[in-house]
Amino acid sequence: MEIIKQGEIVTSAWVHLGDDEPLPAHAADLTVSLARLLEQREPLLARAREGSGQVGVRLTPADELDPLLPVLPELSLVAIEFPKFTDGRGYSLARLLRDRHGYRGELRAMGHVLRDQLFYMHRCGFDAFELAPGKSIHDALEAFSELSVRYQAAADDPRPLFRRRSAAP
Amino acid sequence: MYQYDAHDQRLVEERAAQFRGQVQRRLEGSITEDEFKPLRLQNGLYMQLHAYMLRVAIPYGLLSSTQLRMLATIAREHDKGYGHFSTRQNIQFNWIKLEDVPRILDALARVQMHAIQTSGNCIRNTTSDHLAGVAPDELEDPRPYCELIRQWSTFHPEFAFLPRKFKIAVTGTPDDDRAAVRFHDIGVRIVEDDAGQRGFQILAGGGMGRSPHIAPVVREHLPYEHLLSYLESILRVYNRYGRRDNKYKARIKILVAELGIDEFRSQVEAEWEQIRDGALRLERAEIDRLKAFFAPPAYRELPSADLQLQAQALGADPALRYFVANNVLGHRQPGYCAVMVSLKAPGRPPGDASDSQMDALADLADEYSFGELVVTHTQNLVLPHVEQTRVGQLHAALREHELATANAGTLTDSICCPGLDFCNLANARSIPVAIEIGERFERLDYLSDLGEVSLKISGCINACGHHHVGNIGILGIDKIGEEAYQLMLGGSPGNDASIGQIVGRAFSRAEIVDAVQTVLETYLGGRTGEDERFLDYFRRVGLPPFKEALYGDHQAR
Ligand code: SF4
Repeated sequence: MEIIKQGEIVTSAWVHLGDDEPLPAHAADLTVSLARLLEQREPLLARAREGSGQVGVRLTPADELDPLLPVLPELSLVAIEFPKFTDGRGYSLARLLRDRHGYRGELRAMGHVLRDQLFYMHRCGFDAFELAPGKSIHDALEAFSELSVRYQAAADDPRPLFRRRSAAP
Repeated sequence: MYQYDAHDQRLVEERAAQFRGQVQRRLEGSITEDEFKPLRLQNGLYMQLHAYMLRVAIPYGLLSSTQLRMLATIAREHDKGYGHFSTRQNIQFNWIKLEDVPRILDALARVQMHAIQTSGNCIRNTTSDHLAGVAPDELEDPRPYCELIRQWSTFHPEFAFLPRKFKIAVTGTPDDDRAAVRFHDIGVRIVEDDAGQRGFQILAGGGMGRSPHIAPVVREHLPYEHLLSYLESILRVYNRYGRRDNKYKARIKILVAELGIDEFRSQVEAEWEQIRDGALRLERAEIDRLKAFFAPPAYRELPSADLQLQAQALGADPALRYFVANNVLGHRQPGYCAVMVSLKAPGRPPGDASDSQMDALADLADEYSFGELVVTHTQNLVLPHVEQTRVGQLHAALREHELATANAGTLTDSICCPGLDFCNLANARSIPVAIEIGERFERLDYLSDLGEVSLKISGCINACGHHHVGNIGILGIDKIGEEAYQLMLGGSPGNDASIGQIVGRAFSRAEIVDAVQTVLETYLGGRTGEDERFLDYFRRVGLPPFKEALYGDHQAR
């Protein structure tokens, strides 16, 4: 599918594997739920070591990060699901992953992801976006440049505006 | 007052342009109303009963005369010639066309104003004491901190989709809370600890609505440099764990109540430990930079005048005497006072001002008050820096514009939500009740005799009219398809915060004003003297005498 990644439209080959779907025999990049990742950690990571595809996790808004942390360095993708765009918990998860736990891999927003949320998502550290079905990915690209002023420190700029103001001559 | 720099200005201009695009996409149909709704809400645009309502932010209530003139222009050109000042120190226009909104936002941006985050489930406009910077009993001016919070919360990327709306209030007068901070999602009080060290007391989980709560203290004393990191910690805990399954349980007050304040506090503090010394830590230089914007204006050196004497000397003008007694407030600068301009003239919807009144007030602000005005949460306007000796003159000028009603702080200085005349959530009309009460109790000698008593009216349980904290509160309910009104007594928003108690069965539209009269007569008949305010009397005797007077004869029914 087409996604936005680091400001460009690219094709993503990741497969989002449901909890009751078996691990495919062929090579594929897979995301699984946090529960499945913790349960099948060994077989999943073994696939990655054998070159049968990368492993990622799909987090739901209610997931806690603590159980994920030991596995985090092994993951190539963390996807955070937005069941509804009005559910803002994923923004906090993103900031915690980036700012507190030092996750540097791909951080993808998926689910009910709309153009007008991208600016906020990007600021919280998301760098990849699967838009909700039926939404124009080309239109969505414009969203990143609509607002250029940021008061807060966030994942995209560690200094709040007041720091940058006082640093200016 | 705060002046935008190039960053702030660019932000509001870009925001106006962005919303123009969003409106365009809505008008073309490329986004649905469902998808447009949160976007328009984050720009303060509501769909009301008859038209769109646009809410414009007035940060902590502070307005320049230039800004007020622009609001008058918008009222004239895009509304029906008036605006409505709200209990959140904002202004609302009730008759707005969607396609006009981008032009209105451009106009607002030209005077450093916007409608950002005046609705939606995000951090709303920060409110404060309407006497900030001039109150004689103030410990420290809260507005620099309000402005800090305004900037931190504007487009905060993490907190744009909270479980529910979020309101922060700040007071710098610990002894007299005029900003009702205990009824906000977060209340911030500037305090001094036993060692005289300045800091913030942080409260959280207060609110009105269907389950009123008085906010408990989360932290007794927070050093100033940690204000933003602490707020961010509270918001993060709330964003992650506030309830999202039920709109009516989604405010932070429910989270705080369900966890208990101790558990809530420990979650907040654990979060804060992680970020307290990070990027949000404030530096003295930034505070000082903001403080400079709120430096006092160039006051003249004046002796203090005795206004009471002066008003009497002015002769037989009882209107001016009452005005001085009720609407003229103390000031920290000798020879100056703050003047409350009541927007509660008899026969007018509380909080409304016409375009010509706004223009007139802007001129008077220039002439008498260094071009500044403040919107109060009681839906009035304050001219904060008036020379005492010019009060008579100002009063005469206000009179010409029907702005000299001398009822500040009295019964008819009521708070009232828009109710069923405008609001699609309402059960009952509230404005006509306020107007009828205003007309029935118009006489100033009667109002003066009653003394300090507050009346607050909401058209439904959402409590935009703050009925829970009225000494007398009226709540519109729906009684099998009929408008009816519940009466509450004993509420107070301030330092002695309390939530009003329901007296008994609700009253019909025809009965409610009589019921208020009965309550007042019960008080006047029972008080120990003029010194015993309505609230004191209520706290002494409780509901029984009121119940007796209101329902006694009809108990059998
Ligand atoms: S209290 Fe109810 S009726 Fe009044 S403005 Fe709020 S939502 Fe509308």
